[in-house]
Amino acid sequence: MSEPIKTDVLIIGAGPVGLFAVFELGLLDIKTHLVDILDKPGGQCGELYPEKPIYDIPGIPMVTGQGLTDALLEQIKPFNPQFHFGEMITSIENIGDPLFLVSTDADKTFECKAIVIAAGGGSFQPKRPPIAGIEAYEEKSVFYAVRKMDVFKGKNLLVVGGGDSALDWTLNLQPIAKRLTLLHRRDEFRGAPDSVNKMRALVSSGALDLKIGQVAGLEGAEGVLQAATIKEKDGATSRVEVDCMLPFFGLTMKLGPVADWSLKMKDDLIEVDVSTFETNRPGIFAIGDINTYPGKLKLILSGFHEGALMAQKAHHYVHPEKRLVFQYTTSSTSLQKKLGVA
Amino acid sequence: MPKITFIEHDGTVHTVEAELDRSVMESALRHGVSSIVAECGGGCTCATCHVYVDEAWMEKVGKPSPSEEEELDAAFEVRENSRLSCQIKVTPELDGLIVRTPSYQGR
Repeated sequence: MSEPIKTDVLIIGAGPVGLFAVFELGLLDIKTHLVDILDKPGGQCGELYPEKPIYDIPGIPMVTGQGLTDALLEQIKPFNPQFHFGEMITSIENIGDPLFLVSTDADKTFECKAIVIAAGGGSFQPKRPPIAGIEAYEEKSVFYAVRKMDVFKGKNLLVVGGGDSALDWTLNLQPIAKRLTLLHRRDEFRGAPDSVNKMRALVSSGALDLKIGQVAGLEGAEGVLQAATIKEKDGATSRVEVDCMLPFFGLTMKLGPVADWSLKMKDDLIEVDVSTFETNRPGIFAIGDINTYPGKLKLILSGFHEGALMAQKAHHYVHPEKRLVFQYTTSSTSLQKKLGVA
Repeated sequence: MPKITFIEHDGTVHTVEAELDRSVMESALRHGVSSIVAECGGGCTCATCHVYVDEAWMEKVGKPSPSEEEELDAAFEVRENSRLSCQIKVTPELDGLIVRTPSYQGR
């Protein structure tokens, strides 16, 4: 394991609330790194509703999920936050008073004085098809992402789904696979038209098998897949020899490892002190949809407010020697300097 | 108010009073039908409010829109009578509607 990355505050989750926390902390001279399991910033705004309009952000009559994300990134630019995408926090260890050693599933570690959990509905994880016994094959024969293409060389592959991930991986893996079958529930694909055309051309030339239906069952032993039973749309059942299956049904939110961090929880939400948004573990804060307190509303604007109050207490841990003077961005030259406007 | 009956896969039956012009998904959430998840809150972007419309009601409820049909690609065990309940608007004609939830969803 490499040397820990040292930072003042580690923010878990790069959705709107995590992004705005960078701003509030930055104004108080607190440096931040952010970790997110997705491959881009925005959280639910970017993943679930990038194109959908949001009407309840104060002062902005209408903005899309992606528009809000872009505006927040612009707003926090002066503070130069460091992003770590596609990683999930696995453990948090107290190594000081408070000082934390935080590890990710990519074997990265962070040393920080405070932690802000802005994880929304938890972590986005691939949807698992409800097929009996599928868990036993995961990471051996069933994969929800492609890390190394070599794994699939010379294998019989079954790609399931009708979106861009299914189509892209069909096109990328077909040349190296022994045989690739693409399975989708209907003979229409929502992926990019160009990919759909390429896929259809491969089917016409006989280089690719396309089946319309759904997986009904898996055959194999000890994690090694041998075949899949497919229930086709016309009612027929067929059997395909399969070494590896790649299902692409999008993402779903799971609470994930948050539950293992000795935090006081209620209904899968983290309980916080409403004056500081600190959890029962000193130095660990929770803001946005992941927290709960009397009267809590799951609104983006509530998460922004929570971030501002959190920063006041975080300052106490990060700069214990400094007295915090409350200032306004409209009048404080020192804040304006930090924002690069004075 | 129209009545809607939700039959969950474990057999739990909820017959609820549904508010007009709101979605069937919203009625489910308000009345604690826990196999309707609705992660995205009604945006037709998560496919976690999947229901099977009772055969007798399929015509009155109607077919999914093209965008709903696309989002159903992210659901499992999709059948002819599959709909996303956030996209079914409660109208007086739907009084008595029966929907069932798929076994994999929620809980």
